[in-house]
Amino acid sequence: MWYLCVFFHRLLDYRKPEVESLAYLFGVNDALEWKLPKHHHPDSPFHFVNLPSEDIARSIANRSILVKGMYEVWGEGSSYEELEEAIRSYPEDQMLPYLSSDTTFKITVDSFGKVFSFQEQNDRIKGLSYIPFKGRVNLKNPDHKFWLIETDDYGVNNGLPPVAERRIFFGREIGAADRKLIPTYQLKSRNYLGPTAMDAEVAFLMANQALVEPGKLVYDPFVGTGSILVAAAHFGAMTMGADIDIRVVRDGRGPDTNVWSNFKQYGLQMPIGLLRADNNLPPWRPGLKEVFDAIICDPPYGVRAGGRKSGGRKLLKGVVDPYTVPDDKRVGHIPSTAPYCLSECVHDLLDLAGRMLVMGGRLVYFYPVLREDSTRNPFPDHPCFKLVASSEQILSSRYSRVLLTMVKIGPYTEEIAETARRKHLEFRENHLKWLEDGNLHSSVFAPADPQVTAAGDLKLSKDPKPKYRGKYV
Amino acid sequence: MRLLTHNMLSSNIKGVANGFPLLIEVEKVIEKQVDFNPDFLKNIFPKIEWQALVQASRSMGYSELPEESPESSMLDSDDFLMKFHHVLLELHLEEGALVCPETGRKFPVNKGIPNMLLHEDEV
Repeated sequence: MWYLCVFFHRLLDYRKPEVESLAYLFGVNDALEWKLPKHHHPDSPFHFVNLPSEDIARSIANRSILVKGMYEVWGEGSSYEELEEAIRSYPEDQMLPYLSSDTTFKITVDSFGKVFSFQEQNDRIKGLSYIPFKGRVNLKNPDHKFWLIETDDYGVNNGLPPVAERRIFFGREIGAADRKLIPTYQLKSRNYLGPTAMDAEVAFLMANQALVEPGKLVYDPFVGTGSILVAAAHFGAMTMGADIDIRVVRDGRGPDTNVWSNFKQYGLQMPIGLLRADNNLPPWRPGLKEVFDAIICDPPYGVRAGGRKSGGRKLLKGVVDPYTVPDDKRVGHIPSTAPYCLSECVHDLLDLAGRMLVMGGRLVYFYPVLREDSTRNPFPDHPCFKLVASSEQILSSRYSRVLLTMVKIGPYTEEIAETARRKHLEFRENHLKWLEDGNLHSSVFAPADPQVTAAGDLKLSKDPKPKYRGKYV
Repeated sequence: MRLLTHNMLSSNIKGVANGFPLLIEVEKVIEKQVDFNPDFLKNIFPKIEWQALVQASRSMGYSELPEESPESSMLDSDDFLMKFHHVLLELHLEEGALVCPETGRKFPVNKGIPNMLLHEDEV
């Protein structure tokens, strides 16, 4: 059954993967079929999606963050005459149950790319009088919601192709996203925040990509203030987190401003475990495997915050021998740490996920990409995992971050860990340039003025990127 | 720190072969109510090292868990599940330490957060 899926016009690259993940969560195992209305650009907010049942469509829409509405289309056309013709030929027996006299209804006029005055909206609703509505109008709490959605091709914009051509849809609403979640959880009202706390909307998207549901166990190895786990806990998961910075996980900014208080603030189930641990040397017991249903994280990639791992810089280079902590100073000793470069961090993350995720469990994390890097280096991979979605979010003209969703498809063994380690070394050699310490940071923040910068950046000014709307301009 | 976390952790000091289970040194134990979720308990049960859990619960002053690893059929008994739930999720080590069984190194637990970071000479 085809449904019209209308998205919010934001985070374009995240929209379809979210619906696909949720469809899987609600039991659709096959890949979804999509199609676009005629002459619509892939960035258009209007898509048709084929789903097995109305119940599944409703579950997906209600759980999603980016689906504005899922509709059963009764008619569409490029003019109101065409629309009328289409609605008149829509099978009556499929309409009548929603039009009967013992039901209430509401018609909403919506638009994309234009605004209607109240008068125009009323005229359009009156124009639908050929539909035999028998029920009573109820604007507050109707049984059935109908939508008349009009889009316009609003001419040129910045030389980009138009997103949508003029099209009018009329349909019955099946379900819609609960966007109230976002103001409720927005960061500005969050009790305890860090410099890289995850935006609430994106955190919910990550939780949806990770198929979070009640009773699942979700782990974040870079938990920080817990902003990702808050979203997972909202969907009912049991959460666990670790961080190398003990001040963040243990102390926060006082007894009422810490990771726990962030969960208390929303009445969520507290994390079942928070600990201080190094992702480079995780303290999990030998033999422990396949415990987490999902690992969701935003690894420190050194642009806004850099990662740390155990061991001093000089110690790891072999310049000095390890400092032996005198016995009387062991209590309260602060071990030295060294910078933790992204490629190593991601390798450790994949290794951890390979071992600790259940089969079919998901690893969802952000990975930075330099935009002028025309070769588009492949994303990290691991023999235990299959990449199912990658959604780019452009952060500046220099770099973007990509949300990677990986599914565990194979068991973790010593041999696989070894293959992965070799692959990692290879990957590291090819990417050393910008994955090593600080290079990503300098690529992102180096001044763009060609007189100041090195030759490499000159390319930027010669070959300017198009003004991006999304991925498929 | 809940005993679920304890059951997953070991001492990963370089050269230590048997870092599991960590002994528990108790200064302060508290109990926090957690919603009872039988599905979660049934999922996690096969992944628990039973002996370590029993040992840990004894050192926290709770002795009602059976010594022997229970059959999975026990999971249908509400009485058993409640006990398992209580030990796994409701008993907290708020202050104290986890002690490496081989070297005696103490990993402090403050405000319920175990500090598993190693010193320079242990990496």
